[in-house]
Amino acid sequence: MVTQLPDGLVVIVKRECATCVMVTPVLARLRAERGLTIFTQDDPKFPDGLDSVFDADLSISWHNSIETVPTLIRVVDGCEVERTVGWHRDDWNALTGMTDLGADLPPMRPGCGSMSVDPNLEDELRARFSGSVLRARRVEIASAEDDAEALFDRGWTDGLPVVAPTEERVLRMLTGTSRAPDDIVAVVPPDLVEVTVEKVAINAVMAGCRPEYLPWVIASLQAVCNDDFNMHGVLATTMPVGPVIVANGPGTRAIGMNSGINAFGQGNRANLTIGRAVQLVVRNVGGGRPGEVDRATHGNPGKIGFCFAEDEVGSPWTSLAESRGFAGVDAVTVFAGEGPRCIVDQLARDADQLANTFAACLRTLHNPKLVLAFDALVVIGPEHARVFAEAEWDRARLLHELDSRLRIPSSELARGAGGIAEGIPEQIVEQLKGEPLPKFAPDGLLIVHAGGGAGLFSAIIGGWARGAVGSKPVTSAVER
Amino acid sequence: MSVFLDPTSERRLTEMTRQQRPADVCGKTIGLLDISKARGNVYLDRIADLLVERGAVVKRYIKPTFTKPAPVDLRHEIATQCEIVIEGLAD
Repeated sequence: MVTQLPDGLVVIVKRECATCVMVTPVLARLRAERGLTIFTQDDPKFPDGLDSVFDADLSISWHNSIETVPTLIRVVDGCEVERTVGWHRDDWNALTGMTDLGADLPPMRPGCGSMSVDPNLEDELRARFSGSVLRARRVEIASAEDDAEALFDRGWTDGLPVVAPTEERVLRMLTGTSRAPDDIVAVVPPDLVEVTVEKVAINAVMAGCRPEYLPWVIASLQAVCNDDFNMHGVLATTMPVGPVIVANGPGTRAIGMNSGINAFGQGNRANLTIGRAVQLVVRNVGGGRPGEVDRATHGNPGKIGFCFAEDEVGSPWTSLAESRGFAGVDAVTVFAGEGPRCIVDQLARDADQLANTFAACLRTLHNPKLVLAFDALVVIGPEHARVFAEAEWDRARLLHELDSRLRIPSSELARGAGGIAEGIPEQIVEQLKGEPLPKFAPDGLLIVHAGGGAGLFSAIIGGWARGAVGSKPVTSAVER
Repeated sequence: MSVFLDPTSERRLTEMTRQQRPADVCGKTIGLLDISKARGNVYLDRIADLLVERGAVVKRYIKPTFTKPAPVDLRHEIATQCEIVIEGLAD
């Protein structure tokens, strides 16, 4: 396939373009006086009466990044040195060294779109000319097979149908990132497999992502595959946790993520497919499948994918990402969490009363008698946040007030106390000599602002074994 | 006919044959790996008693946390010191 432009003057045109037709006399003159080479995209006989080269497969146009016709280019020693698009008499004169081109034409007229960037052709052309950059094995599906069923049959789905990962779709997905397809993104547990940008893109196609979501999927995977997050353990545990992804930054709004009404629920493509793509990579690349390394007793529906954005615009506080050192950038924070449960308090009108309710609900997390074992993501609804904001409680004050309400007398926590076997060993209770214990470690509560504008509700997303023995939340910047 | 790109790691699994079970444990060095799960020690203490009764030499090991795979050094230590290992796995 020849994609190199010849030396001298070159123009790319199509018959369907009125500007190309208009400049035909100029092309004839340049061909006679300057040896112009003409490439035509749609009709080998165009321009009438002039010899032209038919760019039938659009390879010349594609490889030379032609976006507009006519495009006039000057080539010296195999290198493009100058180009102009559309018809602009002064530019054409300057580029060709002429002085009186198209004197009877209007001084300027914009061109038309090149066929090589026609939205109906672009995916096909990208696959034709860039497909060789993809390294993944090609899997041929017989004509008698149903595509959706074939993907189920191979064990590549999470139980819901997926979008078929064709070469065209994967190449389109890869336009969402500046990273090379063979770049390594992370080492994915449990099989500890290096995952490339290409493999992430394949799974992102299957999840239903748009290309602009891909950087968010990549950042989430980098966070999930961090040793501190411990994805192997999150999979293997019998507890019902999975990666919960909180997205921050202006980019969440640019890609249309939901931080408001039904933020955890159905209906928003970015929220649902980013979380799903991450879990599909863990399944398909990492080999983490339920019943194998995934031993969850019940699991939770969020393990299909659980991702939402923080409502930063309406928040009285700095964002979760900023509180974790990622100010002013797009970032994701991953938390090993279960499904959300609701905190209801429709009567509290001052911060103290509301904090009492929060503390009472948080106390019961996993078991009222287990302390310092689990973290929690507390998602504060806008109407509850307003109560705290009116009292001028900032994030630090709220955390302090909750902690002061969650100091539990050790005698209440002893194994067997209150008729409940769970709890802390008797000898530890004796050592504490009546000292209370905090329910949460100092960094054990993560505060996020999200939810619809109506409803005096918040949510608790309970965590898994905390800290170095289990999982730590991890934040990653999103890079395009 | 459709052509899809493979979303998996494309790894090929290697098949390994299982070792023969020892006819008896007398004189054998047996490692007991406690994964640090609650009450795992109770189970392994009883196993240790039974093995010692049968003439085995028992060595005890413990993982730092049940939530992560055993560190490489620990696996190496067990492999070089023991002929048999029993892991108190899961709940």
